[in-house]
Amino acid sequence: LSSSSSKPHFDKILIANRGEIACRVIRTAKKLGIKTVAVYSEVDANSLHVQQADEAYCIGPAPSSESYLRMDKIIEVCHRSGAQAVHPGYGFLSENAKFSEQLAEEGIVFIGPPSSAIVSMGSKSESKNIMSAAGVPCVPGYHGTNQDPQYLFEEAQRIGFPVLIKAIHGGGGKGMRTVHAAEEFQEALESAKRESLKSFGDDNVLVEKYIVRPRHVEVQVFADTLGGVVSLWERDCSVQRRNQKIIEEAPAPGLTSELRADLSAKAVAAAKAVNYVGAGTVEFIFDNDTQDFFFMEMNTRLQVEHPVTEMVTGLDLVEWQLEVAAGNPLPLSQSAIPLVGHAFEARIYAENPRNNFLPDSGPLLYLSTPTPTHVFAPTLLPLAGSSASSDASAPLVPSRSTSSVMAPSLRLEQGFTQGSQIGVFYDPMIAKLVVHGRDRKEALRMLRRGLEEYKVVGVSTNVEFLRSLAGNDAFIAGDVETGFIPKHFDELFPPISDPSPEILAQAALFVALREHSSQTSSPSSPWTTLHARRFGGDEYERIITLQKDDSSAEPITVHVKSAQQPGHFNVDVQSGASRTSFTSVPASLVSPTTFNSTLNSASSETTIVSQPPPPAVPASLQTNTMERLHIFSGGQKTTLVLPSPKWLLSLGGDVLNAAKGALRAPMPSLVVEVRVKVGDKVEKGQPVVVLESMKTETVLRSDVSGIVKAVGCKNGEMVEEGRELVDIEDNDS
Amino acid sequence: TLLKTVQAVSGRSQRRRAYHASVLPSLVSPGSPEFQAKSQAMDALVADVQDKMGQARLGGGPKAAERMRSKGKKLPRERLGLLLDPQTPFLELSSLAAHDVYPGQSIPGAGIITGIGRIAGRECMVVVNDATVKGGSYYPLTVKKHLRAQEIARENGLPCVYVVESGGAALPHQANVFPDKEHFGRIFYNMAQMSALGIPQVAMVHGISVAGGAYVPAMADENIIVREQGRIFLAGPPLVKAATGEEVDEETLGGGLMHSSESGVTDHLARDDEHAIAIARGVIGDLGTAGGYVTPRPVVRPEEPLYPASELHGIVGTDLRQAFDMRDVIARVVDGSRFREFKKEYGPTMITGFAHVHGYEVGIVANNGILFSPSALKATHFIQLCSQRQIPLLFLVNVTGYMVGSKAERGGIAKDGAKMVRAVACADVPKLTVIVGGSFGAGNYGMAGRAYSPRFLWMWPNAKVSVMGSGQLSQVMTTVSKDPGQHASLKDEIESQSTALYSTARLWDDGIIKPTDTRDVVGLGLALAGRGRAGGRERSRSTTWDGSNHGFGVFRM
Repeated sequence: LSSSSSKPHFDKILIANRGEIACRVIRTAKKLGIKTVAVYSEVDANSLHVQQADEAYCIGPAPSSESYLRMDKIIEVCHRSGAQAVHPGYGFLSENAKFSEQLAEEGIVFIGPPSSAIVSMGSKSESKNIMSAAGVPCVPGYHGTNQDPQYLFEEAQRIGFPVLIKAIHGGGGKGMRTVHAAEEFQEALESAKRESLKSFGDDNVLVEKYIVRPRHVEVQVFADTLGGVVSLWERDCSVQRRNQKIIEEAPAPGLTSELRADLSAKAVAAAKAVNYVGAGTVEFIFDNDTQDFFFMEMNTRLQVEHPVTEMVTGLDLVEWQLEVAAGNPLPLSQSAIPLVGHAFEARIYAENPRNNFLPDSGPLLYLSTPTPTHVFAPTLLPLAGSSASSDASAPLVPSRSTSSVMAPSLRLEQGFTQGSQIGVFYDPMIAKLVVHGRDRKEALRMLRRGLEEYKVVGVSTNVEFLRSLAGNDAFIAGDVETGFIPKHFDELFPPISDPSPEILAQAALFVALREHSSQTSSPSSPWTTLHARRFGGDEYERIITLQKDDSSAEPITVHVKSAQQPGHFNVDVQSGASRTSFTSVPASLVSPTTFNSTLNSASSETTIVSQPPPPAVPASLQTNTMERLHIFSGGQKTTLVLPSPKWLLSLGGDVLNAAKGALRAPMPSLVVEVRVKVGDKVEKGQPVVVLESMKTETVLRSDVSGIVKAVGCKNGEMVEEGRELVDIEDNDS
Repeated sequence: TLLKTVQAVSGRSQRRRAYHASVLPSLVSPGSPEFQAKSQAMDALVADVQDKMGQARLGGGPKAAERMRSKGKKLPRERLGLLLDPQTPFLELSSLAAHDVYPGQSIPGAGIITGIGRIAGRECMVVVNDATVKGGSYYPLTVKKHLRAQEIARENGLPCVYVVESGGAALPHQANVFPDKEHFGRIFYNMAQMSALGIPQVAMVHGISVAGGAYVPAMADENIIVREQGRIFLAGPPLVKAATGEEVDEETLGGGLMHSSESGVTDHLARDDEHAIAIARGVIGDLGTAGGYVTPRPVVRPEEPLYPASELHGIVGTDLRQAFDMRDVIARVVDGSRFREFKKEYGPTMITGFAHVHGYEVGIVANNGILFSPSALKATHFIQLCSQRQIPLLFLVNVTGYMVGSKAERGGIAKDGAKMVRAVACADVPKLTVIVGGSFGAGNYGMAGRAYSPRFLWMWPNAKVSVMGSGQLSQVMTTVSKDPGQHASLKDEIESQSTALYSTARLWDDGIIKPTDTRDVVGLGLALAGRGRAGGRERSRSTTWDGSNHGFGVFRM
């Protein structure tokens, strides 16, 4: 690649996306001196990608269909801003052939494959036909147009159970159902079709063989406009929840080099079959038992997990995308592409792993992250000479011969900062933690450490779950498969142990200390500086009541008394029948969220974050209407509740009693369906309202039998947390 | 403290300070046997007082406490703890009041807890009835302690919060509780006066508040009652039945709901003790500039003394006959151990000079031996200086009295002593008195004894107050008396009546303090002494009764 022959990059590009991927693209653009244009919806006005871009344009209200999916608006912004190309990121319009075509019509470059490739690969059935023709193995199944349920059932029986029903236009696990036995088939089919219709506007499905111990292995390919195609090696993304990836690695563990070469060769063949251009991912289902692999689909975009490939190859894939989009040849030949060390990416989501990974939404009240060592992938220099070898006949063997001494590295891909809102409109992914080590063990060690230092308050996250996963023996052994989580469920979800007396003592001391008057620069009266001192007979003592994050838990009382030595405390923890005393504990607040103490000669710095209750919700016995303390200690997050005093509950109870029988929105959501109207008689447990939040449906059921008094929402409406949706008059009362 | 430790460890951030001419040297040798013996004796005495205070803190004991708890009530000290801002100091007053006073009866703390603490960011006088002690009823010393708290509140402009649960006067003692000027009625007189002066009066009713006790909430500017727990009536159901034949239960007669919704006697209805306290904290927090006086910030940055306060034990000891240099005490009380001494060479048995405590300036008058004419004249001169400059005075007392004998009398000691007494009586600055040793005879007057209305008077556990030393007194009595045998036991009696414990039990002081707390306690007192009207809206410190807009306090309507 000589500089004289290379075509110039764009001067200005538009990023038709949000969150971490928008920030990621902006970063490379900045590195290359390319100006960036961000687009945003009304709720994203203050978000990170808007701040980081050189220009930003609001393109509509929060729902994606009115903003990030509005092709006309984005094209208009291109013209207004003079952006020459559009980077679509992933999701949204990234695999929309129409968008690619419209851009072309307007003379704007789409940083991605030609629309023909998108169309071919967007259809699961068509893509399989092309692959079969190109000699890429496919999973046995029916990919035809006959959507008659009975016919599909017969096809399923021909393939043999278990089978998988998948939406043809689906992705990300939507419209996908596993069927283990014939009698479950029809119900699953209906459900898959319904979801597909809703998500993709098309209810065509395919049926294929379900592999019992499958792994998800995918190959990153890159193609230029000159016909060059290379493989950037594979990634393993087997461990998934709700059919969505949460942890990815490169290279895939336990692959022989022959198998790796074979996978890469098939992936390159697949890309060539559709005249592919740009970054693409060929996904394979890998049968752990037979070592066979089958083509699943090709993703015609930059994937969420592209950083793991960057880490092991030392490359910047966004930079490659820009090179290719500018019409330049691929920067490296196949034989010059390194594969060094091992990388992991953990996706940090706002979700609740212990509640079936249900998405959560809310503000990032507190966010503290490990310090990244790298912004881009570390530079891995291939040995001189290896890059010179000709491409055409080179075997698909990675260039492992780097001379640089490698140090473990850590990268963060974030789209949000403390104070940001993880809303209901978009994907609940908060950040990606990417690590690179000399080998898999080292990378995992870095990952565990990084996760330990990743602290979030405000929404439930999967951080602790990811940490258990990264510390799981089977996972460490590389024994991965897509069914990993259900298979190792008990190890991954150990019973939550009671908070230790040390944690309880720390929480209580934090509460006692945090009311320290703020230090000012001017001298203060002893009435503020003589903290908690007592003269003439009285003794300082505070009784602090704590509770586990569960309204049924027994309250725990902690007595905090001043010890003789100023700044030291005697602490008595009374939890159930057990009592633990700590004497003369030095304790101090270093910052509003950092607390130092020495308990039993072990000194520690603990992060404790207070989450106040929502200001307008009356105190009730529910823990989320009380102040919560989040204590980060030794990689564990313990949440304790400071129960509201009785009088406050009593006042709150008056308010709540006035509103009995009312069903309220548990989180900000979209009303999918209201199933009752005023005057209807409902039974206890009867579904009343169907909500959708974070692309997941929730059914609200009546907790009483009675008559519907009022309905406070309608289909398709967005409702805020706490909104009264339906009021039911209790028959029994 | 942490910062200081870090600095000490790093050893490089010691504050740079040139040698200061007024820094007092330390001349004591803590290793000497004499020092050790004195220290041990004081340790024992302090421990004994601490122990007695610990007993008094328990109030009426575990049974009474359990009875209160079983009714869903908080204990008096729990109420106090919740009322105060977390992480702030509390200066309790006279916690050993009534100790060993009433024969056969234990009335810990005189059944009332008083002290100064911060509520919602402002210093307040808190008066808490201890219902675990005889139902919170008022003994003569209870009244005295309550009135003294009000006196301190008025002098320092402190809002008052009354935490009420009391059956009123202890009837068997009514003659010593009810009729006189400084008796029960004075409590309400004081409330009215303070209200008229713009010093807020807030009351919380946590239990029964009957007869005279009913007037505490009724006289308050703003009050709170606990639902189905607080009760206010002039006469309880038995008396009502006897007087009018009406049969009525307590809640109907004077419950919170009735008073809050019908009679208007109460302003806020609380669900429980904690709620009442939360409301009271809100009331104090909302006083705004109407809250009266504000505590000034210190003029200079406070600095710890150079020498440890713990050495005070070995310096002073418990035997008053053993002399010590008061400068060694001053060096462990004042900021940076700096003391700019006035007239050092003249009248050397009296020490006078300027210093800072917790950053507040103060003029110190301290004894270093018997008072001669020059000592008295020096003190008089110094007190006039402080009065002119409006610098508060701190008296550190260890005085056996003025010199006696013909030489002294011919030198006019009576005249010179009177000058000093006059200066102390009339000095127009706040006075604080700490008796670190003896306070005998006219020395007590010259050194701002109780009769000279210091803002606060504290005693060390070893301190003694009497007209003269017990030995001399019994000797005098033996000489002048016609029946020497009658006075055989007098020495012991005088001895026991002159102790700090005897004094504090009778409220001749505001409490016994640990020697090591002297600096902090004086600092708190000096901070209060400097309190002035917020916003410069200076008002007369006496009520006018002339129909002007502040002739009266707040009438309950």
